[in-house]
Amino acid sequence: MTTIIYDGTYQGWLTAVFEIYEFKLKEVEFVRNQSTTNSLFATKHYVQSDETKANRVLKGLEKKLSKQGVTAIYKTFLSEVDQSDDVMWRFVKYVFDSTENIENDIGNSAVWDVKKAVKKVRRETHRMKAFVRFQLTKDDLYYAIVEPDCDVLPLIMNHFKNRFADQRWLIYDAKRKYGIYYDLETVRIVEINFQANVNSSKPLMEISDEREEFYQTLWRRYFNSVNIKARTNMKLHIQHMPKRYWKYLTEKYPDL
Amino acid sequence: MSSNRVIEKLEILADAAKYDVSCASGQSNRKNTNKGLGDSSGSGICHAYTEDGRCVSLLKILLTNYCIFDCAYCVSRKSNDIKRAAFTVEEVVDLTINFYRRNYIEGLFLSSGIFHNADYTMERLVRIAKKLRLEQNFNGYIHLKAIPGASEELMKEAGLYADRLSVNVEMPTAKSLKLLAPDKNHQDVIKPMKYLKNEIIGHKEEKKLNRKAPVFAPAGQSTQMVIGATRENDFEILKVADYFYQKMNLRRVYYSGYVPISTDNRLPIIGTPVPIIRENRLYQADWLIRFYGFNVNEIVGDDQPHLDLDIDPKLGWALRNLHQFPVDVNTADIEMIQRVPGIGFLSAKKIVTARRYKKLFPEDLQKLGIPYKRARYFLAFSTPFSIQKDYTPIQIKQQILKLQNSKYKNNFSGQLSLF
Ligand code: SF4
Repeated sequence: MTTIIYDGTYQGWLTAVFEIYEFKLKEVEFVRNQSTTNSLFATKHYVQSDETKANRVLKGLEKKLSKQGVTAIYKTFLSEVDQSDDVMWRFVKYVFDSTENIENDIGNSAVWDVKKAVKKVRRETHRMKAFVRFQLTKDDLYYAIVEPDCDVLPLIMNHFKNRFADQRWLIYDAKRKYGIYYDLETVRIVEINFQANVNSSKPLMEISDEREEFYQTLWRRYFNSVNIKARTNMKLHIQHMPKRYWKYLTEKYPDL
Repeated sequence: MSSNRVIEKLEILADAAKYDVSCASGQSNRKNTNKGLGDSSGSGICHAYTEDGRCVSLLKILLTNYCIFDCAYCVSRKSNDIKRAAFTVEEVVDLTINFYRRNYIEGLFLSSGIFHNADYTMERLVRIAKKLRLEQNFNGYIHLKAIPGASEELMKEAGLYADRLSVNVEMPTAKSLKLLAPDKNHQDVIKPMKYLKNEIIGHKEEKKLNRKAPVFAPAGQSTQMVIGATRENDFEILKVADYFYQKMNLRRVYYSGYVPISTDNRLPIIGTPVPIIRENRLYQADWLIRFYGFNVNEIVGDDQPHLDLDIDPKLGWALRNLHQFPVDVNTADIEMIQRVPGIGFLSAKKIVTARRYKKLFPEDLQKLGIPYKRARYFLAFSTPFSIQKDYTPIQIKQQILKLQNSKYKNNFSGQLSLF
């Protein structure tokens, strides 16, 4: 058994795959930099993230998979499901071992596990497109805080860029401590450490635009007005908007 | 403008609009090409869900709930003693833009009571859409209610700025409309619908020849019928819907279970339960007609004018047509696979893809997320893993109902007992 230690990036992981073949490693387990390895007797193999090697792996995959099949691996990486590195590796190994495209062979457990991870990511991507709530600051920045189940910010960048092309915005992932920022030209990944008190949808008076509170109140009142009491179905409501997301949803915040 | 008055108006005019069910934003194709605000090139997103579980995707309001008409089923009817309000054109534009910029909504759904007359009202609706498009560079979704009786020029302008237009028939038949909405007549609804249909087709043709030609209501037109306020049966209702789909090219017909709001003796009394399950069955039937290749007559007919309330229409059809089963998922055509109760068209697609790799067994169907326990009465596998007993339709129905009850009991028992 070889323990592969890499930097926790997708490129790093692809490099690791390259080196598994390069060094003919047999049984492997993946460990990301920070975490400590628990198998005492395993040989360790340190991977230096390498663009050329990563690209060669991608090229190889592109030959054997559809475009969707290739991104499925990336999505699994972002899914943060249990043992995601291992799931990806079993899938990739199956791809390279086969002569045909195997991405829909759901009888295979690796393919199946990837499908499940992709499904989870897809749902979370949808949710973030829906549940981001921007607040306007005094200096014309629309910002939102989220805590998605999977690491989906890279997947929603383009959606928000196309939609909000004429306003500056920032979406911050409080769980993973980074954000995506659009400056009217391009979207960039930014690392910021927001203060601990910025953890709910409550507007921060000092930095908010003077009309912000007004629009939030309007939205909350609107949300409550459209409900038809005779048809209340809280179970369905919570199924669509699970409670863990309420913290950042303006309409779920009590009236100020 | 005073903030508090705007808040109050919003409450009144959102409340008045909420009984209109056609909320979902349809498929449009308005891309953000001008580096403006918004994009409606994908399918609409539900940004929130109300506590009754419905999708909130648009800012759905009336411009005003003042109305010169007196339709018995409507909260805004002239004779009803309620608070009245009216937005200005600027207020609606401001609300839409500011909600959109905060990612609360996909766009605007604007309807209105009839103020002065049809043209006066329609002119304002059109002005709002025009301002949003031309002054605010807004590419989000706009659905306008076309006011019956408004001039063709206004209808035409509306189509240039809105993604979808709808003329509501309100009542399934002309007779009911006459009974409950004496100011209206059926032709007032059909005429603008026809006009819009021709404009939509005409603009599409033109667009094919000239890419720069303007788009006209790219998300098409829809309509809404109130059900349960009058006596029509499901067969009549679905026939009307089918007519709209076939002859008027409508994208959607919405069915709105009547919420009792009036003591008028022409209507169900206050406290009568909203026919939620019936409404749901109608949507399911509508879906089967539009996407599954079912004919209205396969689902309901003179001998069976109502949809079953306890089982969905697809299962109902299958039980009446057991001679068409069992279906072998490994060899059958996709059209037949998607007629199996429990297998939707997405599942059917998955089956057809998956069977290229291996012969499918029950556990594979389960892996694909297909409710096999329910579907199994209608399936055969060419090497049977277990011999299917010969059940009668009633036996199958009972077993499936048992399955459903254990799963949905808490959810539905309260409502089911109402019938
Ligand atoms: S015309 Fe429309 S708003 Fe007026 S009463 Fe009839 S349904 Fe209601």
